[in-house]
Amino acid sequence: MTGTIHPITMPKWGLAMTEGMLAAWTAAEGARIEPGTEIVDIETSKITNALESTVAGTLRRRVAEEGQTLPVGALLGVVVEGEVEEAELDRFIAAFQAEAAAAAESAAPPPEPKVVQAGGRPVRTLVTGEGDGTPVVLIHGFGGDLNNWLFTQPALTGRPVHAIDLPGHGGSGKDVGAGDIAALSGAVLAYLDAAGIAKAHLVGHSMGGAVALSLALDAPDRVASATLIAPAGLGAEINSGYIDGFIGAQKRKDLKPHLESLFADPELVTRDLVEDVLKFKRLDGVEAALKTISGAFFPGGRQAVSLRDRIGGAKVPVQVIWGTADAILPAAHADGLPGSIPVHRFDGKGHMVHMEAAAEVNRLLSSFVGNG
Amino acid sequence: MSRKSFRQAVNEALAQEMRRDPRVILMGEDVSGGSGSPGEQDAWGGPLGVTKGLYKEFGPTRVLDTPITESAFIGAAAGAAASGLRPVAELMFVDFMGVCFDQIFNQAAKFRYMFGGKAVTPLTIRTMYGAGFRAAAQHSQCLYPVFTHIPGLKCVIPSSPYEAKGLLIQAIRDDDPVIFFEHKVLYDMEEEVPDEPYTIPFGEANLVREGEDVTIVAIGRMVQMAKAAAEALAKEGVDCTIIDPRTTSPLDMDTILESVEETGRLVVVDEASPRCNMATDISAQVADQAFGALKAPIKMVSPPHVPVPFAAGLEDLYIPNADKVAAAVRTVMGAPDRREAAE
Repeated sequence: MTGTIHPITMPKWGLAMTEGMLAAWTAAEGARIEPGTEIVDIETSKITNALESTVAGTLRRRVAEEGQTLPVGALLGVVVEGEVEEAELDRFIAAFQAEAAAAAESAAPPPEPKVVQAGGRPVRTLVTGEGDGTPVVLIHGFGGDLNNWLFTQPALTGRPVHAIDLPGHGGSGKDVGAGDIAALSGAVLAYLDAAGIAKAHLVGHSMGGAVALSLALDAPDRVASATLIAPAGLGAEINSGYIDGFIGAQKRKDLKPHLESLFADPELVTRDLVEDVLKFKRLDGVEAALKTISGAFFPGGRQAVSLRDRIGGAKVPVQVIWGTADAILPAAHADGLPGSIPVHRFDGKGHMVHMEAAAEVNRLLSSFVGNG
Repeated sequence: MSRKSFRQAVNEALAQEMRRDPRVILMGEDVSGGSGSPGEQDAWGGPLGVTKGLYKEFGPTRVLDTPITESAFIGAAAGAAASGLRPVAELMFVDFMGVCFDQIFNQAAKFRYMFGGKAVTPLTIRTMYGAGFRAAAQHSQCLYPVFTHIPGLKCVIPSSPYEAKGLLIQAIRDDDPVIFFEHKVLYDMEEEVPDEPYTIPFGEANLVREGEDVTIVAIGRMVQMAKAAAEALAKEGVDCTIIDPRTTSPLDMDTILESVEETGRLVVVDEASPRCNMATDISAQVADQAFGALKAPIKMVSPPHVPVPFAAGLEDLYIPNADKVAAAVRTVMGAPDRREAAE
């Protein structure tokens, strides 16, 4: 055989995902595939997303059918680079499926989040990946947690990737101190110390973007680069209805419309996603923590943290990513930044642009952190 | 977050609330280990081990073994609640309610109203219920409809470990008497339960599953039966919504009505005896308030109107199961009921 056979398999998006449903094939058999071509839509109980190819070739076989629910790692289809006989393809598929069945029985358990002590506070963290590359630390936004990076974390390779819960969030301690940018940035630095990370690429979303930028400005010796995704701290406006609604909503049907405003496509907000946020909000101390943070960051419905005048002076590389349909923080805050800051805009994507345009954002992240 | 059984979830809720609030005490038959037992090595923590370890941590002044006199210790708990403590009393099996019912329905339930709103009664009564434990007619009933009937009582029926911990902490912090039902068969069920304390508000149903064809309302252990039925039905192309009311008093009728308005079909699954149970109550309210939305008659899935049989085979036949739920769904979907057709 002169060609290369690439299996296309069920991805693992997030901790809870053990299986996914093949909602639709978006590439035809025989179609030319490039890296980034959308091949199938995968639906999980949490979210629906397009699976993009990482390889080039021809989609020779659709092995799985639309509507089928399959475990993570199951063969969906086969992309071939070059020439491969039909019989060879049949043998490959049969062998792959036999191996996958055997592997499923002896599979190592997936990485689990753990709680570590950092600066005297419990911090929940999920560490994936390995390699010699400078670690990446992912910092979620207001009301979020490490699960927000479900599409991002697996895509960053060649290095450890740490997704952490900020104070008051997820499984971290609910004592937020003053709840201001100094408190949150200090917590991230304490985590870097506790995890033995001398220097990290920081990726921050929304409020976490402001935290990442403040560290890039004030602790440049600890920061290799900062990627700011729909960050706070670059303008005064914020959708205060979202912040107040998120804190105040106690019931599913009250919370759901607020979560829908995070996405350009509200269909992405599933029953499970709402339930996960409700489970977080029910924890003792969360409401007080969120109110403290919101009071420090967004008093009177305006942003108190302003780093816009300082961003040009950053001593480390900084990039900005924004969805133009962001309903929480206006994408216009990315306008007029110093020319040294690359800005990437995604048309029609919302505040959760790293989820709604996951593959493109992942490519930007990978190329920005490079091989270092 | 870690996997915990229903039993561990209840135990953790009790321990965390006792640490948080010194007014929280436990009392009941064998909750520590039996009156006169020499020490904690004898403390097996109730007949099914739910309160194990609490005597050791909190000692005899906060974990009180009582005589087998429900009228006395439930009454004492109501009085303690009215005078400043937050007791969690254990009525071992709800089937014993007859012994102490005056203390519950005509005393604890009424204090707030008889004293012009000046009295609060932060009493939680934990109690075991349900069939499937081979415990015969006197230890297997689902008597929550009786308590639901009494204004002034709150009635909580958790369906899983996560639900149990959050609802029990809410019950202990609530200022009204709460009857908290624990299904014996669920004690070993496991799922992810946060280590931190949390509360689930009363009167807010859980949307267990979303589907557009039919609404299944299921209570307590029956949520498991409904989920199994829904998975089987999904393979037939029938998409079920499952609603777990969590609390029968207060009852979240809004969520049920909104769902029926979308699906047009309702099946209610209730393990309680079929006359005047939650299935009849919910069905009547839907018929009263959303009749125009219904595309098919409501179906109720409940046991037959007989005492729970002791014979294992008969007990299994008595309890509503996934097949019976699925058959009811097929009926409201317009498919012939295969069991009826076979007769």
